[in-house]
Amino acid sequence: MKVPLSTIAHTRSGDKGDTCNIGVIAYHPERDFPVLVRELTADRVKAFFGDFVQGKVERFELPNLGALNFLLHEALGGGGTVSLRVDPQGKTFGAALLGIEIEV
Amino acid sequence: MIRIANGQGFWGDWLEAPVRLIEQGPIDYLALDYLAEITMSILQKQKQADPALGYARDFPPLIGRIAKQMRERNVRVIANAGGVNPIACAQAVRKIAPGLKVAVVLGDDVFCRIDEFLSKGYAMSDMDSGEPISSIRDRILSANAYIGAFPLGEALATGAHVVIAGRSTDTALALAPMIHRFGWGAEDWDKLAAGTIAGHIVECGAQTTGGNCQVDWRNIPDMANIGYPIIEAEPDGSFVITKHPSAGGRVHSDVVKEQLLYELGDPQNYITPDCVADFTTIQLQDAGPDRVRVSGIHGRQRPATLKLSVSYAGGWKATGTLVYSWPEALDKARAADAIVRTRLQSLGLHLDEIYTEFLGVNACHGPVAHPNPDPPEVQLRIGVRGPDRKAVDRFTREMIPLVLNGPPGATGFGDGRPPVREIVAYWSALVPREEIKTSIEVLG
Repeated sequence: MKVPLSTIAHTRSGDKGDTCNIGVIAYHPERDFPVLVRELTADRVKAFFGDFVQGKVERFELPNLGALNFLLHEALGGGGTVSLRVDPQGKTFGAALLGIEIEV
Repeated sequence: MIRIANGQGFWGDWLEAPVRLIEQGPIDYLALDYLAEITMSILQKQKQADPALGYARDFPPLIGRIAKQMRERNVRVIANAGGVNPIACAQAVRKIAPGLKVAVVLGDDVFCRIDEFLSKGYAMSDMDSGEPISSIRDRILSANAYIGAFPLGEALATGAHVVIAGRSTDTALALAPMIHRFGWGAEDWDKLAAGTIAGHIVECGAQTTGGNCQVDWRNIPDMANIGYPIIEAEPDGSFVITKHPSAGGRVHSDVVKEQLLYELGDPQNYITPDCVADFTTIQLQDAGPDRVRVSGIHGRQRPATLKLSVSYAGGWKATGTLVYSWPEALDKARAADAIVRTRLQSLGLHLDEIYTEFLGVNACHGPVAHPNPDPPEVQLRIGVRGPDRKAVDRFTREMIPLVLNGPPGATGFGDGRPPVREIVAYWSALVPREEIKTSIEVLG
């Protein structure tokens, strides 16, 4: 069954320069952390954001928190004070990712 | 056990938070984090305009408000409010609260040493782009090394009521009292990592007590009176995150997890001047209402380098907006955008970037925004940037005429032409840590 990520996880996102990070946290780690690991690959996240993210996407695992951390490079229009975007710090990127469909 | 509260997550955070932290219950140390990467750039601009400025101007009046309670309740303040002018900040505090002893941590400012560093062969390439610093050398406005917790601990040892730093790390503000009170050594890597992670959890203030939290956000209690976070730190490195019971908000492991992931890079290598903390060793446990126990943290040896925060002149920018109403609001906004671009092109302006967003449609989420094919209104938002101030200024005259000479139904131009802003851009680089020598100056 396909569901949006929001049914099993919550997120928070922020910036380091032109890189956006998105933390994805399973509500029920024992049941759903393996689902996140299987479904939410760096390649899928990169494809989901399309040309909004110009650089590579890296993924890190935090099994102790039932969480994944993504780094989206060249994702913020230059970042910080340079970016012309309404969200130059990627504060809302995590919310966007809640809409990605995953198989549970 | 000592209680370390954070009452300010950035410069511009809620003014009432630190006051309530002192008034609503026991705390021993009040940490106030004023500096984000871009804040140093902003402060540098202010110092350029007035050499007596360049620090967080909210800070001295805050100390004025809480000075009496600080003395009565024996609460000491640690803040990186000094920005690019910590001595001026300390003097302003002393003027408002003459009875308080203030210690200033100096040595982070390396603006005058860039050429010396270059001559020693330090490339100081940008940690993001890898470009050599020579590409921005003549445009550098400020350069500061990130200072760790040990110099702040030394400042606390002077007995000062207020410790002011410039570019200390955010996490050092919370770690410093633990080093000072528990006598942790420079190689107690696990304990230093634990204190660093405690600092990370509280450094954004209410983001760990229910603010900006997705989990059950509608039901987070009394957000209007949200409490800011308190660390109950133990000498063994374990700690509890909590808040004053009478304050609003929520402290729960789900909330703390969100903050742990905030602005995180490689979780096994969270690098600070004090240690390298491993976020994959953190154990969280809900331990009663609004209490999260944190333990098990491991750390490793600190790096041989320190990070520099460099700001430089990055050109000029402006953002113009107009609102288009239903019907066909998005089509009209798109047509207006195309017209502006055509007109800018025919003017032959030298601009590095023109960036268009349609608020209400795609500004936050770009190509992955939820489809909204017939919005009742759309704000057209066009930003430009470039090296030539005149070109950017010329752009600002191209928005309002569209109300009369573009697609129908435009409004929202009441604020007039948008301002042209200088871009103070950010650069990060590494230098050997032995190059950075800190010192403490005590006032009062």
